[in-house]
Amino acid sequence: MGANSRTEGSNLRLRGSISGCAVGLPIFVCFGGAALAFADPTQPSSPTNIFAPASSPAKSIFGLSLFVLAVTGAIFLVVFALLLYSVVSFRKKRNDDGREPPQVYGSNQVELAWTVIPVLIVVALFMATARVIALVQKTSPPGNAIAVTAIGHQFWWEYRYPDLGVVTANELHLPVSDPAYPTPTFITLLSADTDHSFWVPRLGGKTDLIPNHPNTMWIDPQATGVYFGQCAQYCGTQHAKMLLRVYVQTKDEFNQWILQQRQPAFANDAVSQGQRTFETTACINCHTVSGTVANGRFGPDLTHLMSRDTIAAGAAPNTPQNLRLWIRNPDAIKPGSLMPAMQLSDQQLDALTAYLETLR
Amino acid sequence: MSTDALALPGTELASRPLVSKLHDWVATVDHKKLGILYIIYALVFLLIAGVEAMIIRIQLIRPHNDFISPQVFNRMFTMHGTTMIFFVVMPVLFGFANYLIPLMIGARDMAFPRLNAFSFWMTAFGGLLLYFSLVGANGLYGAGNAPDVGWFAYAPLTSQTFSIGHSTDFWILALLVSGFGSIGTAINIVATILCMRCPGMTLAKMPLFAWLNLIMAGLVILAVSPLTAAQIMLLIDRYLGGHFFDTQAGGSAVIWMHFFWIFGHPEVYVLVLPAFAFVSEVIPVFSRKPIFGYSVMVAATVAIGFISMSVWAHHMFTVGMGANVNTFFVISTMAIAVPTGIKIFNWLATMWGGKIEFKTPMLFCTAFLFQFLAAGLTGVMLSVAPFTWQLGNSYFVVAHFHYVIVGGILFALFGAFYYWFPKMSGKMYSETLGKLHFWVFIVGFHLTFDFMHIPGLLGMPRRIYTYEPGRGWDTWNFIVTIGVFFQAVGILVFLGNLIWSYLRGKAAGSDPWDAWTLEWSTNSPPPAYNFASRPVVKSRRPLWDLKHPADPDWNYE
Amino acid sequence: MNATSMTVSGARLEWNLPDRGRVAMQCLIAAEAAIFTIFVVAYVFYLGKSLTGPMPKDVLSVPIVYTVCLLSSSLTIHFAAKHLRRGGVLSFGVLWLATITLGAAFLYGTGTEWYRLIYQEGFTIGTNLFGTTYYSLVGLHGFHVVVGLLSLSTVMVFTLTGRVRSEHAERIEVLSLYWHFVDVVWVVVFTVVYVIGR
Ligand code: HEA
Ligand code: HEA
Ligand code: HEC
Ligand code: CUA
Ligand SMILES: [Cu+2]
Repeated sequence: MGANSRTEGSNLRLRGSISGCAVGLPIFVCFGGAALAFADPTQPSSPTNIFAPASSPAKSIFGLSLFVLAVTGAIFLVVFALLLYSVVSFRKKRNDDGREPPQVYGSNQVELAWTVIPVLIVVALFMATARVIALVQKTSPPGNAIAVTAIGHQFWWEYRYPDLGVVTANELHLPVSDPAYPTPTFITLLSADTDHSFWVPRLGGKTDLIPNHPNTMWIDPQATGVYFGQCAQYCGTQHAKMLLRVYVQTKDEFNQWILQQRQPAFANDAVSQGQRTFETTACINCHTVSGTVANGRFGPDLTHLMSRDTIAAGAAPNTPQNLRLWIRNPDAIKPGSLMPAMQLSDQQLDALTAYLETLR
Repeated sequence: MSTDALALPGTELASRPLVSKLHDWVATVDHKKLGILYIIYALVFLLIAGVEAMIIRIQLIRPHNDFISPQVFNRMFTMHGTTMIFFVVMPVLFGFANYLIPLMIGARDMAFPRLNAFSFWMTAFGGLLLYFSLVGANGLYGAGNAPDVGWFAYAPLTSQTFSIGHSTDFWILALLVSGFGSIGTAINIVATILCMRCPGMTLAKMPLFAWLNLIMAGLVILAVSPLTAAQIMLLIDRYLGGHFFDTQAGGSAVIWMHFFWIFGHPEVYVLVLPAFAFVSEVIPVFSRKPIFGYSVMVAATVAIGFISMSVWAHHMFTVGMGANVNTFFVISTMAIAVPTGIKIFNWLATMWGGKIEFKTPMLFCTAFLFQFLAAGLTGVMLSVAPFTWQLGNSYFVVAHFHYVIVGGILFALFGAFYYWFPKMSGKMYSETLGKLHFWVFIVGFHLTFDFMHIPGLLGMPRRIYTYEPGRGWDTWNFIVTIGVFFQAVGILVFLGNLIWSYLRGKAAGSDPWDAWTLEWSTNSPPPAYNFASRPVVKSRRPLWDLKHPADPDWNYE
Repeated sequence: MNATSMTVSGARLEWNLPDRGRVAMQCLIAAEAAIFTIFVVAYVFYLGKSLTGPMPKDVLSVPIVYTVCLLSSSLTIHFAAKHLRRGGVLSFGVLWLATITLGAAFLYGTGTEWYRLIYQEGFTIGTNLFGTTYYSLVGLHGFHVVVGLLSLSTVMVFTLTGRVRSEHAERIEVLSLYWHFVDVVWVVVFTVVYVIGR
């Protein structure tokens, strides 16, 4: 740099390298380790790993993120090495002569170099980014796309299939999309109260659900299975237990499911005691069971409750015990949920649970 | 030291009753005392907000933990974030600016000493208001609760419908009041730097510290004001029945986000520029070289200031802004990497060819360089909008900003504490305890915040009070929590060092580091009048000129 | 080494720095301008987004006269300060009083408009988005006029008790900067609310 820069690499002192490494190693291990651990997308180490994409948007993001990681990783290594070198080799020597080192005030050429190179890197990063933004955000639905409306509620998800006449909650069912003949799903995102965010990492990036601000996103899951995620925008007390489950099925299974969901609720000729309790309690103000007097919209649609694996947005498995516990005291499963405890007697609870279990 | 002769006769304080000493502090308009008040106030809140962080981490140590309820957890992260930003880092930086700027530019005091005191007490009052919610938020029932809307308080969660009681009002008022304090201080800093410099100190001869704080103050003026405006609107909504953010009446939740981040993003540079300022003073002195590329450093700072006003919506990539808007904010955000990189490279070049002495301040600043580099690069990853569709609102973001704030700002701040402690107290700190603090804290820092990136990459959202097992997050969260205890020990060592050294430390003398800026030319601690006579300078390193009369700096600049 | 020796090296050099009062006022104005910008943005953003009436064109009438009052007060304060610098304390006092009167007239205008809107039209801050943004923006400006009038009046009191002299001209000019700013803001508010918004 200056006129007077001598090389003093001879006197590498152990402590210098230790202190440098103590700062640098963990950073390096973290990023290097992370990259290695996630390198294999077929065998995800976590069901919500963003590096195990299974749908086009997630895949384009994945590709871009590898590029970004490589570029930033390279910058990190270079600058890190330079820093480490200067920390180690420009330490004050033990046998220092006590004179001040040559005073260097600056150099325009060097400044120019480390302005221009980052500018070029930034331009490259930007171009790659702009491409993926356009790819994901500027896609419009093809004719065979599935349309779903997802409505965020404190603290559960409502799903409507406007073209298929199905309303359900918390567990989204979609047909698998063959990459050769994609059948993507376009989701309209609405909110009934506060902000939420739809995030199933393996299927795509997140998009927020904001009241008065309809959003859309699309995914085309390319392998069957259950995909997990959860609400990613703080929405109140139970933001943590607003879990997402997406069931990706073969076309047949999906059609089956749609047919079944279109059925009205199971009806018993002799109206059971449980149903009477349900229909004479506040339940019907908040819940819909199609074909009955229950048509509330504040809580999840219960018409086909038993076709779901979990209750309360994934907070608990859908078992008779959990159902009963939930109705007796929702706070026991999900403190702060907006369903009140109904103060029912043990006998009423049993009957209600039995009734709910008929809602297949 | 011959400097003692400088003290005017009769200024020696006789031992006085405690009340009268306290009164001196409360009624003071002296920039040094106010600086120290700011610093102590911030340290107290650091403990409080740190304990809140510990509570958060203990709750998250394993899945389905029930150490605290979801309600309490939500209050904890809101209070932690709000306190740390507004009542720890802002005041501590203002404290250093207050204490050092007049000394560095050879002035007797700040431009407006009484405004200065007023601003401090506004800030102090703001902090008290925030914590008063703990008793007052439910009216006079005595049972309070802290705000639980998160530090950026997105609408409509803050509306009367979703936030009953007064906790959110205390949050609003606290930020409003302390915001007035901040704007007051910022105006004061600008006026001081522009109008109070000693003869000879042209803008191009100011220490970088003054430059960076000047830009910081400018950003405060332009950034905190929009927050003030938005808070007023929120109050109008909550108390006068307005509809600014009322989505039921056609209001927009998104416009709050814009208003908040128009403040929020420049704010993070408000926090980091003073950290840069510390580093820009410490590195040259301990490398025994002048700062490399002074004018480029100034230009880069100005560029950061300008660009930072136009990047706010990178916090909103997941809000659904449309491809073109997203693209614009990608490029503006990435652009900021260039001037920031220039700064890193200039610090590096300052160390290059020097004779670096790793005293505690330099240790902290070196760690700052490494960690800020990594943190900035995760920032660049986040500026890639599609990547942020995955990473946004995940623990990766939490890791990014703690890496900048703790690994960058807090480290630089600790460096500053050790560097100027001798000046402020007149005592030398304990080098052993300082090194111990450094090593314990750095271990804790890396345990916590390195490993925090990983659950983010594995899909863990932030602000969740508990999580499901089987997502691959458990181990990482465990390690992260363990790290916090190391950090806590480190901070206790730090406080112990401050207190012990203040009481027992060796006298430091006026210039323990053989440094070059004006504050080292007066006594430690400086007398009330700062300088016995007004300094006159001819270069950026007046004390270098003095010490090397044969080879003064002004021949080179 | 000590501070005294610092002065030795200094030759007699010209050393002029800007006035701190003026700098501070300019900073304050910058901060205020930022606040107003946010309110104006909110107003413009919500134009025509109200779900229910009334709309601006239904209820607003253009306050031309009062606007002229406020704008001419900028002139009077300017000349007041000029006279003071030249030592004309008396003419300063007269012009100053005129400024206050014109400002007060403007406030009176806002007052009557609000009275009409609230009591005759039944249009309040809670009526709709337009109400919220209108009262906030105009109210925020009105608040600044009030603050300005209070400080102007303080100066008036000092003038009447004979304590304002020409050496105070600098401070008076700093204060008049603020008043000019309040006027400029009104030009923006007027354009946005009464011209574009209607
Ligand atoms: C002081 C604090 C601070 C600082 C300095 C920064 C610096 C940066 N931040 Fe960070 N950020 C925060 C504090 C900070 N941030 C906080 C608090 C949040 C979250 C708020 C919340 O949601 O609660 C956040 C969130 C945040 C987001 C939003 C994430 C989300 O919520 O979805 C983004 C996205 O773009 C971002 C980007 C950046 C960038 C690009 C920088 C850049 O300035 C970094 C520049 C530095 C470098 C790049 C390193 C050095 C450069 C070189 C070595 C040159 C060569 C490099 C290249 C050419 C790339 N930050
Ligand atoms: C200046 C800013 C700052 C600083 C320094 C910190 C410091 C820390 N933060 Fe903070 N944090 C934020 C700003 C900051 N944070 C913000 C803005 C948010 C977002 C909030 C939101 O989402 O709304 C956040 C959120 C946040 C979260 C996410 C919460 C969530 O989303 O659910 C977590 C979780 O781990 C966390 C942890 C920590 C930890 C472990 C530290 C540690 O570094 C703390 C170390 C300090 C100590 C450990 C204190 C030592 C104290 C003692 C030794 C006391 C003992 C003595 C006595 C009692 C006298 N922070
Ligand atoms: C005040 C409105 C309200 C009333 C009354 C109410 N619920 Fe609910 N219910 C809800 C809400 C809201 C949820 C979603 C809670 C969540 O996941 O956070 C819910 C969820 C449920 C679920 C789980 C559904 C699923 O798919 O996850 C069941 C079952 C249920 N309620 C049954 C009942 C029964 C039985 C009653 C009457 C005894 C009742 N509810 C009364 C609001 C109500
Ligand atoms: Cu819904 Cu968080
Ligand atoms: Cu930002």
